[in-house]
Parts: sequence; C-alpha cells; structure tokens
Amino acid sequence: MSSINEIIEYACTIFPKEYVKAFKVCIQCGVCVGSCPSGRKTPWNVRKTLYEARLGHIMEVLSNDNLWNCTTCYTCQERCPLKVPITDLVRILRNQAIRYGYIKEAHRKVCENLFKYGHAVPINDEIKKIRAKLGLPEIPLTVHSYPESLKEIQKLIEKTGFITFMEENK
Amino acid sequence: MSKYAYFLGCITPNRYPGIEVATRKVLEVFDIKLIDMKGASCCPAPGVIGSFDMWTWLVVAARNLSIAEEMKSDIIVTCNGCYATLQEANYFLAQNDELKVRVNNVLKGIGREYKGTVKVKHVVEILEQDIGYETIREKVSHPLEGIKVAVHYGCHYLKPREIRKHGNCEQPTFLDKFVTILGAESVDYKHKMMCCGAGGGVRSAKRELALEITKEKIDSIIEAKADCVVTPCAFCHLQFDAGQVELTQKLGRKYEVPTVFVTQLLGLALGMSPEELGLNENRTQIESFIKKLYGY
Repeated sequence: MSSINEIIEYACTIFPKEYVKAFKVCIQCGVCVGSCPSGRKTPWNVRKTLYEARLGHIMEVLSNDNLWNCTTCYTCQERCPLKVPITDLVRILRNQAIRYGYIKEAHRKVCENLFKYGHAVPINDEIKKIRAKLGLPEIPLTVHSYPESLKEIQKLIEKTGFITFMEENK
Repeated sequence: MSKYAYFLGCITPNRYPGIEVATRKVLEVFDIKLIDMKGASCCPAPGVIGSFDMWTWLVVAARNLSIAEEMKSDIIVTCNGCYATLQEANYFLAQNDELKVRVNNVLKGIGREYKGTVKVKHVVEILEQDIGYETIREKVSHPLEGIKVAVHYGCHYLKPREIRKHGNCEQPTFLDKFVTILGAESVDYKHKMMCCGAGGGVRSAKRELALEITKEKIDSIIEAKADCVVTPCAFCHLQFDAGQVELTQKLGRKYEVPTVFVTQLLGLALGMSPEELGLNENRTQIESFIKKLYGY
C-alpha cells in the first residue's frame, strides 16, 4: 500500500525537495480546477485529487481513471497562488499508479514503441514516401537509421527497470 | 554561419516531415546550418513517458543531450514536447549533482556521459532572438497580406514559466508579432490560450476527450474567421490537423481549418511554394488558405 510519504520520497529522487514539499501547503482554493480544460468536460478534479492524496486515500487516487484526463497543460500549476507544482505532482501520482498496475493499453503500446523502435511514434511507409518526395532521407537519421543506437536505448530501459515492471504488470 | 544540432523527435520526422523540410530551408536563408543528431531517439515525451516513469524519462533524455554535447552544438527543436523534456532534463540535472551522478552511472553502461554543456532552444527562440524579427522582415518578399492567422502557442512552449523563462504565459505576444512581420494579421479568439487537447497521453488513451478540447478550440478559431491556425509545436500541429479529420468523421460535419507550422508560414513569406514546404501533405485541406493567399 502506497503512502503519501512514499510518493513524496519517490518524487524527491528527481525533483528538488522544496519543490515537492510545496505539495503540503495547498489550501484547497480551487484555482487549479477552475483553470483545468479537462476538468470542464470530465469528472477529473485536480483539487480534490491533491486533497485525497493528503488525507492518505492513496489507492483511491491511484486507481481513479480520471487521473489520466490531465493533458499536462500546466495552467493550474502556473496559477496556483501557493506555487504548488500541481502538474508535476499529477505526473508523480501517475508514476505510482503505473507501479500498482493501473496502466491503459494505449499507453502500454507507447512504451512498447519506445522500447522496440526508440520512437514513441515510429515511421511508416506512407511517411517514408512523403519524406522522399520532399527531398529528405526516406528514413530519418535518428535511432531509426542506427541499430546500434536502438540497442543503447533498449539497454537503458532495461537498466532503469522500466521494462521489468511493465512486463510484471501485464 | 551558426549551427545547431537538430533534435527531430518523433512527430516531426515520422508524421509531419513538412515541418522538418520547412525548418531546414528557412533557417538556411538566414545562414543557420542544422546538423543531424545521428541515433537520437524519442525525447522521451514528457506527458506520456514522464507520466509512466520519471527515471527512464530522465535517463533517455540525458542520452539525447549527450549526443549534442559530443557534437559541441546547442540543440534546436520543433516540438514543444521535445522542448519540455530536453530543457527540463537539463534544468533538473543542473541543480542536483547526486542526480547527475546517478544518471551517468546508467549512461556509463552504454559508453556515454551527460555533462550539461548544451542549451536547448526552440525554433521560435532562434527566429526571435538569434535572427531577430527585423532581419526577418527585411527578407520577406511575399508578404502574407489579407491572411488572418489564429496563433496557437502550445502549453509547453510557455509553461512552467520558471524553467521556460519566456515571461507572461497568460497573454504572450511574440508569435502574434511574428505573423505580423510576415504581413499577416493575428486574430484574437476566445480559446487562444487553451491546450490543443493532445498532451499528457490524453490523445493516445482518451481520444474522445482530446477531441472535445480540440473542437472547442477550433470552434472559436472558426468563429474568429481565421484562415489558418499557426503552431510552433509538431504535436499540437498533429492534433489540429489529424484531429480535425477525426472530428469530421465523428460529427459528420466538416472541420477543415488549415494547420500551418511557424516555419512553413515563414517559408511562404520568403517566396517558397506550399509544395516544397510540405504543406499539402497535411491531412486536413490547405486549399482554402492557398486560394486566399494567391487568389487562385
């Protein structure tokens, strides 16, 4: 069972401590949810999400499918009067959700693409033709053209443990 | 002549190569050479891979940055997502030595090292700051007179402000100025600062929601009678262009506001043809815009 402290500890491995700790100063004013494009159209409520996380209702937060409605537009984060890094906290909560197996199939496919091709959105035959027509190399000189580079990416993803927990959660 | 390492990412080379070709062509006019970052990968996308595993997101981003470091070139991007990832990776690694050591311990396994020696610039910054709008104005041979543009900045170009450092993110003006120096008019519209709807993995897993947001945005662009929407982001470009095809199918009425990338718009003002800028490879029609521009 994930706890709020565990989530904060995880966030601090990447983000500066002071940044993450601002999480605890939220006064529930609601500027965030009032600014949210997805919140206007769906039950996604970022204010309530932060509140529930602080109350310790972590599994409810992580299992809520609406957590994936955030487009990460950062409007809430910019407007927060207490400078809570809201959007980045949403990403952190999502990182935790994934660890508990809450991943959508379309997102698993994106991860598989990254591992398999080095691109979340790989090239296809139609685009190869357009590239040639425009005078560009048919295949861009990215990881698509360099098998040894793809091996590098795959090695990194194995090393970070990402691929293991994606497999475990299948 | 100055040079930049062109970080292509995914959407630009693999979905909208017109953005790539236009960017290369217009920067050449201003003596800026773009060099390929051989073997670069997905940035990785900040709202998807960053939403799944921050650590993997950071390590793969650091590898991409290390390629430009080897080339001793600052990076140019044509996607706000790539901009976000690479700039933020640089930002967080610069203020945390321990994190940098941890990242390099992983990169060592593939014979690479992240040093933190290159800057990440968006093509918009290069147009505005390196070249300068006055220099651009002097080169405009085919002013886009009579064209009404709906400018879309894209969330991750402006936010978070603390990292992007482009100032005001509620009412920015630099892209409006840009289209004005090309001879076009920037029209105000209700949802100018709204997200395109695609980010954060919403397009991939919640397509209906992404389209609802796109629809609201495009409806307000239509209401403002704009001839096109201009973006500085390959992913927003995809959402507007492909998204309107999806909206048309879903709603049974036509959504067909032409989508034009900033460097494609500039290319037209420099006298390049829509074909050579890859504009007619869009999925949504571009003819109404071309007709307005050339009168045929």
